[in-house]
Amino acid sequence: MGLFKRKPKNLPDYWKTYESLFKDSQTKNFNELTFVVLDTETTGFSFDDDRILSIGAVKIKNESISVQEVFNIYLEQEKFSKETVHVHGLLKNGQRECISEIAALEQFLAYVGNAIIVAHHAGFDMGMLNTALERHSLPKLKNMVLDTGIIYKKTLIKSYLVQPKPNYTLDELAEKFSISRKDRHTALGDAYITAVAFLKIISRLKEKKNFSLKSLFR
Amino acid sequence: MKNLISERVADFIKNYPPFNVLDSNSLFELAEQVLIVYKEKNSIIFSVDEPQHTHFYIVHKGAVTLNNTATSNILDYCDEGDIFGLRPLFANENYKLEARAHEECILYGIPINIFKPIAKKNDQVTIFLMESFASNTRNPYAKNQKGQLYDYEGEEEVTKEVVLPDLQLASYSKKLITCSTRTTIKKAADIMSKKKIGSILVTSKDLPVGIITDKDFRNKVISGEQPIDASVKSIMSTPVITYPKNLTITQAQMAMMKSNISHLIITEDGTPNSSALGILSKHDVMVSLGDNPAVLVKAIKRTSRIKKIKQIRKSVMVLLTGYLEQNIPLGLIAKIISELNDTCIKQVVQISLAKMDTPPPVKFAWLALGSQGRSEQLLHTDQDNALVFENVPEEDLSKTTTYFLELSKHITKGLNTIGYEYCPADMMASNPKWCLSLEEWKNKLSYWIGNPGPNEVLMSSIFFDYSLAYGERSLLDNMSDHIFRTVQNYPIFLVHLANGALQSPSPTGFFRKFIIEQDGQHKDSFDLKSRALRPLVDAARVLILSHSVKAISNTWERYEKLAELEPNNKELYLACSYATKALVKFRTRQGLANHDSGRFIQLDQLSKQEKMKLKRTFKAIKEIQELITLRFKVTNILG
Repeated sequence: MGLFKRKPKNLPDYWKTYESLFKDSQTKNFNELTFVVLDTETTGFSFDDDRILSIGAVKIKNESISVQEVFNIYLEQEKFSKETVHVHGLLKNGQRECISEIAALEQFLAYVGNAIIVAHHAGFDMGMLNTALERHSLPKLKNMVLDTGIIYKKTLIKSYLVQPKPNYTLDELAEKFSISRKDRHTALGDAYITAVAFLKIISRLKEKKNFSLKSLFR
Repeated sequence: MKNLISERVADFIKNYPPFNVLDSNSLFELAEQVLIVYKEKNSIIFSVDEPQHTHFYIVHKGAVTLNNTATSNILDYCDEGDIFGLRPLFANENYKLEARAHEECILYGIPINIFKPIAKKNDQVTIFLMESFASNTRNPYAKNQKGQLYDYEGEEEVTKEVVLPDLQLASYSKKLITCSTRTTIKKAADIMSKKKIGSILVTSKDLPVGIITDKDFRNKVISGEQPIDASVKSIMSTPVITYPKNLTITQAQMAMMKSNISHLIITEDGTPNSSALGILSKHDVMVSLGDNPAVLVKAIKRTSRIKKIKQIRKSVMVLLTGYLEQNIPLGLIAKIISELNDTCIKQVVQISLAKMDTPPPVKFAWLALGSQGRSEQLLHTDQDNALVFENVPEEDLSKTTTYFLELSKHITKGLNTIGYEYCPADMMASNPKWCLSLEEWKNKLSYWIGNPGPNEVLMSSIFFDYSLAYGERSLLDNMSDHIFRTVQNYPIFLVHLANGALQSPSPTGFFRKFIIEQDGQHKDSFDLKSRALRPLVDAARVLILSHSVKAISNTWERYEKLAELEPNNKELYLACSYATKALVKFRTRQGLANHDSGRFIQLDQLSKQEKMKLKRTFKAIKEIQELITLRFKVTNILG
């Protein structure tokens, strides 16, 4: 039994700091919430076999993004898959300054704090991050998570004529909202596109009645 | 920290003053500190008397208005690349105006504490700011364009085209004013003033010996060279250059250039030894060169070769360019150009008729459809036309159809030669489906109106905008009457037509920017025709039909008529009329500039003012579509 359950006291200090942020309940005022919009680039689609190449994130506070406060790190790679290189253009030990996975996670936890995480098809990014945490014997992320792929569908009008697609890609969102697809397929570039799309989706949804943070998770 | 986002910001702001003069280090220093702010439509960025923000703003996407809340006046529109909210930060005072997001916006907030030292270091930035504050415009370099509908662009390329130089004879003025060599300078000047002319011929024994122009008075009399009581002989240009009367424009031009003079004398035998018949000035040549629609009509009518009409149409384009430059009201321009285009088409039909072995067996009418039918066609675009001929006994029908199909082929080919592209949908009289007897047309129209599917609505919508291009008017009237009678029996048709009018793709997507084409040849350009003009045209058609008004096929005239019929909606209708004209003008300018139909617009070639102007017409489109939805209860047939 005790083999698989670790006692909280074995956790590093940075995790405890991160965890302590969740003790206080969040503000109810939507505009005062902090969102961290992130995107990860990975070597592939398998949580267990593939690794995170880079994490890019921007912070939204009061509908604004500060360029100074963006998060962008590249991870050292043990495993390297040739196929994804051409998609992301990240070469193993390329020009970028890379840090170890555990250092990256530490920095990320400090950055994200108790903010609400937003990502496009968030399940994948969360899965990659949580698997990475697990590899270092850390618990899963405690943040609330919003998926732009899902909340976008809430903006669509339901009618017989327009059938919403089960899935919308980030490219489709960028197109609908006229967001320049510059820097697409870089973690930070995609995070920025997702962030702008998120702001626009929220403003559409605000017009609807019963808008609240809660309604987004439904 | 330099990152992708700051590069993105720097990439944008470097295009706009005052950032365009910054070196890349300062640019990146700024960009790294930028705050990217999202604002919903109609949200307030700062309000009057609000304390200073730590940033001033540059519009990245969307538009912002600066308002005087006391008078609720909009003082300025800030479009992409414009800065605002800077002056209070420099003057160290609270905001004097309210800034409101006119559309959904993304703003870049530039921190003032970083910007100030950079501005101080850079003279050009300081100058820009001084001028901007002094002239109270956000961009002093743009002020001469303010209030102008379109950017003035040199269009010499078009005007330089030499047109029909040797086609026609130079027309000269036959009312000769002469004086003798003994006349005093003063007397000659008196005559010229009285007759309001710029030159006078000096004759001796009825033979032309010299000419005096305004220039001679200036150069030789006012300068003091000759007293005003001297004889004209002392100042006249002599000898005169004489030509016989059948002089072409090219010859006249050559002669003037060769001798560097502006007047030619036409004499009986072309030499100075016969009496003068008239005088030909440079001005006369200019007029003949295409400034005059009447001359062009004459030239078209005189032609027996289709290729020559093509030449003449080039000068129609020169005329059009000139009219647009002079900002002549579009309604008037359209009338003149349509008239000229009609004349061309008529002449093509005439020439084609002459090519047939026999005259037409029965009377027929050549119909212009679509934009040409509405007289909104200022440029060469696709040809949409149809032919209707009198009913014939059944045994003659196939023979008659064959004749008219052959004629139609000649005509459509001729029209193609003079610059009308073939219709890609084959809606032309050379198509057997569009070359029918009156009876056949009536059956077809009844079917369309009685069975209104999307295709039928499209077909009939084309048919409600027709005009007679050539031939028998009674055939056309007969068809019109038939349409109105049938429509009255099928009121649901109007609902379908209204529904069709709402099907045009919207000009702006998701409350945002222009929607551009995603693929094909016109990728990334804006489809002005289907996204902006067509909704207006379709709406006008269904509304005017619901009032059973016929004989007005022009869209802005339809709206003017509607404004008269429904005084309570007058404002909207007049706005639509204006918007239509503005869009047609826009399309025409674009077409002339790019030598195409003007349908697809490269948005990046537009100035900010032009974009705003375009967007403003979209408001009228939206409102007229709402009116149609309500009035015809379009939703009924959808649910």
